[in-house]
Amino acid sequence: MSAVVENHHDDHHHGPAKGLKRWLYTTNHKDIGTLYLWFSFAMFLIGGVMALVIRAELFQPGMQIVEPEFYNQMLTLHGLIMVFGAVMPAFVGLANWLVPMMIGAPDMALPRMNNLSFWILPFAFFVLLSSLFMDGGAPNFGWTFYAPLSTTYAPPSTTFFIFSVHIMGASSIMGSINVIVTIMNMRAPGITLMKMPLFVWAWLITAYLLIAVMPVLAGAVTMMLMDIHFGTSFFNAAGGGDPVLFQHIFWFFGHPEVYIMILPAFGIVSHIVETFSRKQLFGYSSMVWAMLSIAILSFVVWAHHMFTVGMPLAAELFFMWATMLIAVPTGVKVFNWVATMFKGSITFEVPMLFACAFIVLFTLGGFSGLMVAIVPADFQYHDTYFVVAHFHYVLVPGSVFSIMAAVYFWIPKWTGNMYDERLGRLHFWLSFIGVNVTFFPQHFIGLAGMPRRYPDYALQFADWNMVSSVGAFLFGFSQILFLFIVLKTVMGGKKATSEVWEGARGLEWTVESPAPYHTFTVPPKIN
Amino acid sequence: MTNIRNLIFSSKSYAILLTLFSVATSADWNALNMTQGVTEISKEVYELHMLIFWICVVIGLLVFGVLFYSMYAHTKKKNPIPATFHESTKIELVWTIIPFLILIAMAVPASKTLQNIYDVEAGDINIQVVGYQWHWQYRYLEDDISFFSYLMTDLDEIYNKVPKGENYLQEVDEMVLVPIGKKIRFLITANDVIHSWWIPAFAIKQDAIPGFINTAWTVIDEPGVYRGKCTELCGKNHAFMPIVVKAVEQEEYDLWVSEKRSAAIALAELTEEDWTKEELIERGEALYAKNCAACHQTNGQGLPPIFPSLVGSDIVLNNKDEQIKILMEGVQGSAMASFSYLSEVEMASVITYTRQSWGNAQKGDGEIVIPKDIVEYKQSKI
Repeated sequence: MSAVVENHHDDHHHGPAKGLKRWLYTTNHKDIGTLYLWFSFAMFLIGGVMALVIRAELFQPGMQIVEPEFYNQMLTLHGLIMVFGAVMPAFVGLANWLVPMMIGAPDMALPRMNNLSFWILPFAFFVLLSSLFMDGGAPNFGWTFYAPLSTTYAPPSTTFFIFSVHIMGASSIMGSINVIVTIMNMRAPGITLMKMPLFVWAWLITAYLLIAVMPVLAGAVTMMLMDIHFGTSFFNAAGGGDPVLFQHIFWFFGHPEVYIMILPAFGIVSHIVETFSRKQLFGYSSMVWAMLSIAILSFVVWAHHMFTVGMPLAAELFFMWATMLIAVPTGVKVFNWVATMFKGSITFEVPMLFACAFIVLFTLGGFSGLMVAIVPADFQYHDTYFVVAHFHYVLVPGSVFSIMAAVYFWIPKWTGNMYDERLGRLHFWLSFIGVNVTFFPQHFIGLAGMPRRYPDYALQFADWNMVSSVGAFLFGFSQILFLFIVLKTVMGGKKATSEVWEGARGLEWTVESPAPYHTFTVPPKIN
Repeated sequence: MTNIRNLIFSSKSYAILLTLFSVATSADWNALNMTQGVTEISKEVYELHMLIFWICVVIGLLVFGVLFYSMYAHTKKKNPIPATFHESTKIELVWTIIPFLILIAMAVPASKTLQNIYDVEAGDINIQVVGYQWHWQYRYLEDDISFFSYLMTDLDEIYNKVPKGENYLQEVDEMVLVPIGKKIRFLITANDVIHSWWIPAFAIKQDAIPGFINTAWTVIDEPGVYRGKCTELCGKNHAFMPIVVKAVEQEEYDLWVSEKRSAAIALAELTEEDWTKEELIERGEALYAKNCAACHQTNGQGLPPIFPSLVGSDIVLNNKDEQIKILMEGVQGSAMASFSYLSEVEMASVITYTRQSWGNAQKGDGEIVIPKDIVEYKQSKI
C-alpha cells in the first residue's frame, strides 16, 4: 500500500527536546496531541468529581452534603468542563495524533499555532476554576447560562467566565483552522477527498462546524458582558431587550456544538468496527454523505431546545420536522456499522467492546432524541431527567466511550506497547455497567416528573435516584483503573507490531510502533 | 448441609441483591412512566408518547437483533473468512426511505396534537401566572383576586431534622383553585429571571419569561389536587417553588372567589387604619421570611456581594424614602427586583420590620413606615 522512507541520519536535530521545554515549545503534532489528551483526561476527572458531588447530594431526598448555591455551581462547572475541557480537547488531541499520520503528512500545517491553541487552554480553565474561590462563588446558572440569570442576577465571577469562554473559543477556532488547512493541503498524492479515512472526513466537517459557531458563542458572551458592565439591554426586558434572543443565539451555537462532540466519534467507531470485523466498511460514501447532511441539518434545528419558550405554531412545526429528519442520516450510519459487522470475522478486543457498546447505547440515546423532538410530548419531557438521560446517553457511552475506544485502539501505535487486555476488559465492563446503572433510571425519574437541575426532590423519585448515584460512583471510580492501564502501557508491556491489529487498514499502521517522532517526511506512495 | 445453607443465605452479595430487588419491587412501576393526566390534551400527549416509544422499541429490536446475531454468529471462530461485500445502493435506498416513511407516520399525529394545543381561544377564566425568585403569583383577571403561593415544606424537613411528609416539596401555602369543565387560560410571565410553569397532569409546560406573556389552556375533567414544579433553572431555590392546582366543582369555586374578594376588600380598608409599631413589626416579620429572607437571610446579613446586608445599612437606618423607592422599583442592574405587587399594608410592615430589627432601630433614626406613606409615594408617581 505504501512505502515509508525513514531518514535516520537526520536524527540529531529531529528528536524531541529534553525536559519541560519539550512540552512548552513543542510544535510536533504528536507531542501536542499527547498534551491535549492528558489535559482532557485531567478535566474529565475534575468534571467527574463535580458530577459525583451532584450524585452524592441526590443520593437521598433532603439537603445533606452541599447547599443549593454550591450545587448550582457544581452542575454549571460540570457541564462546562465536560463539554469544553474533556470531550472537545480529547477529540482535538486525537486529530493531532492521527490526521497527519492518516493522510501521510509530516505534521499539522500550522505547528506554531498548534502550540498556541493548546497552551491557552490551561489558562482558560484556570480562570474558570478559580471562580470557585471568588466572592459570590462560581457561575451558577447552568452550562447553558440563560440570561437574565447569567447577567443581571449573576455572581461577579461571571466576567471571568466570559473571559474564559473567549479563550476556549480562540483555541477551538485555531485548532479548526489547523485541521482544515492540513487536510486540504497536505494529503499525500493519491488520497482524494473520497479516499480519506472517515476519521479525517469527520474532523474536516467538525472543524467547519466549529469555525461557523464558535464566533456565535463569542458574540453571545460579549453581549452578556455589555449587559453586565456597559449598561446595554440586549437580554434585559426592562430595558427593551429580549431574554429569548439569548436562547436563540446560544442554541444556534449549541446544536452544532452537540454534533461537534459526536462526529469525530462516528469516524473512530467506523475505523474500529471495520478493523475488528476484518471486513471493509459498508457504504463508505453514504457514511460521508450522512455526516455532511447531519452537519448541515444541525444549523436548522436549534430551536428544538426551546419548544417551551412560546414560539408560534409554524416555528414549532418546522423545528420538529427538521429535527426528525436528522434520524434518517443517523440511522444510515448505524445500519452501515451493523452491515459492516454482518458476515465479518469479528473479535472483541477492548476497542471493539467499546465500539459495540457505542453503537447500542448511542442508538438508545438517538431513540430518546427522536422522542424529545416530538413537540407535544416534549412539553412533558423538556427540562426533566428524561432529557438528562437522553444527552448523557449520547455523550457518555457515545462520545466518551468512543474516546476510550480510540485510546485503546491507537495506544499501541503511540507507545509501542500493547495495553493489558485483561484489565482493559475489566475497565470496559465496569464502565458499561456503571453508565447504564447511572443513566437508565434517569429515564424513569424524568418521565415520573423530576425536573433537572434540582438539588432536592419529592419522595417518589427517591429509589431510582439512589440507584443512579450508586452507578455514578461505580463509573467514576472505574476511570482510575483507566488511568492505571494507560500509565502501565506507557511504562511498558508487550511490544506492538507496526500493524498492531490483524485487520488494520490505513497509513498510520504502516509506520513502526511507537510511531517515530517524525513520520512521512517524504509522502508515501498510494496505490 | 447446614454449612451450605449458611453459605447461601448469609453471603453478602445475596444481601446486596436482595436490597436491589426490594428497591425494584417497592418502586411503583406505574410511576415510572409519563402520567396520562386528567385532560383531553394530556391523554393525547400520553398516547403520542407511547406510540413513539413502541415504534422505537420495534426498530431497536430489529437493528439490535441483527447486531447481536452478527456478534454471536460472525465471530472469527465461527466465520474465519469474512465476506467482502461493502456497498449496495439498493439496500442503502431501502434504509433511507423506510425510516423517512416511519417519521412521516410519527409527524402526522404529533402535528395534529400540537395544533390542538395551540388552539388558544379566550378562556372562561383567565389567570395570570407570574414567576418570582422563588414563588408564584396568581392573578384572576375577571375576579380581581391576587395572591402568592409559597412552598410550605418546613426547612427542618429539608435539612433532615424531622421526618419528611407525604407531599415533601410539593405542598404550597395557597393552592390555585379552578372549576372543572371550564376552559381555563393561563397567561404566564415572570418578574425577575426565567421560570417555567409545569403541571404534568395537564401536559402544560410554558416558560415564564420577563417581558413576555405565554399562554396555555386546559379543561380539567376530574376534581383533584394536581402538583407541578418550576422547570427552568432560576437560581438557588429553583427546586423549592412548587405549583399546586386544586380543581373543584363550580359551587365550591364560586364560594372561594367570594371569600377571596371580601378578604381583599378588608385588606384595602386596613390601609386607612392607624397602625402601631408593634402591629407593623408583627406583620412584617412573616412577610420578610417569605419575600426577603431567601436573599437577605433571616438575620438580615444577606450574602454579599450579590445580596447586601440590611444590618447597619445607611438606607435602612436613616433614609426611609430611599428604602420605599428601592422596594417599589427595584435596583436596576442588580438582583433586587421591584416588590410593588405587595399591598400598602404589607409594604409598610416589611419596611418597618427591617428598620426595627437586628439593632437597626438603636443605630438609626428608628422611624417606622405606615401604609399611608406608601400611598403617598404611589400618588407622587402619578
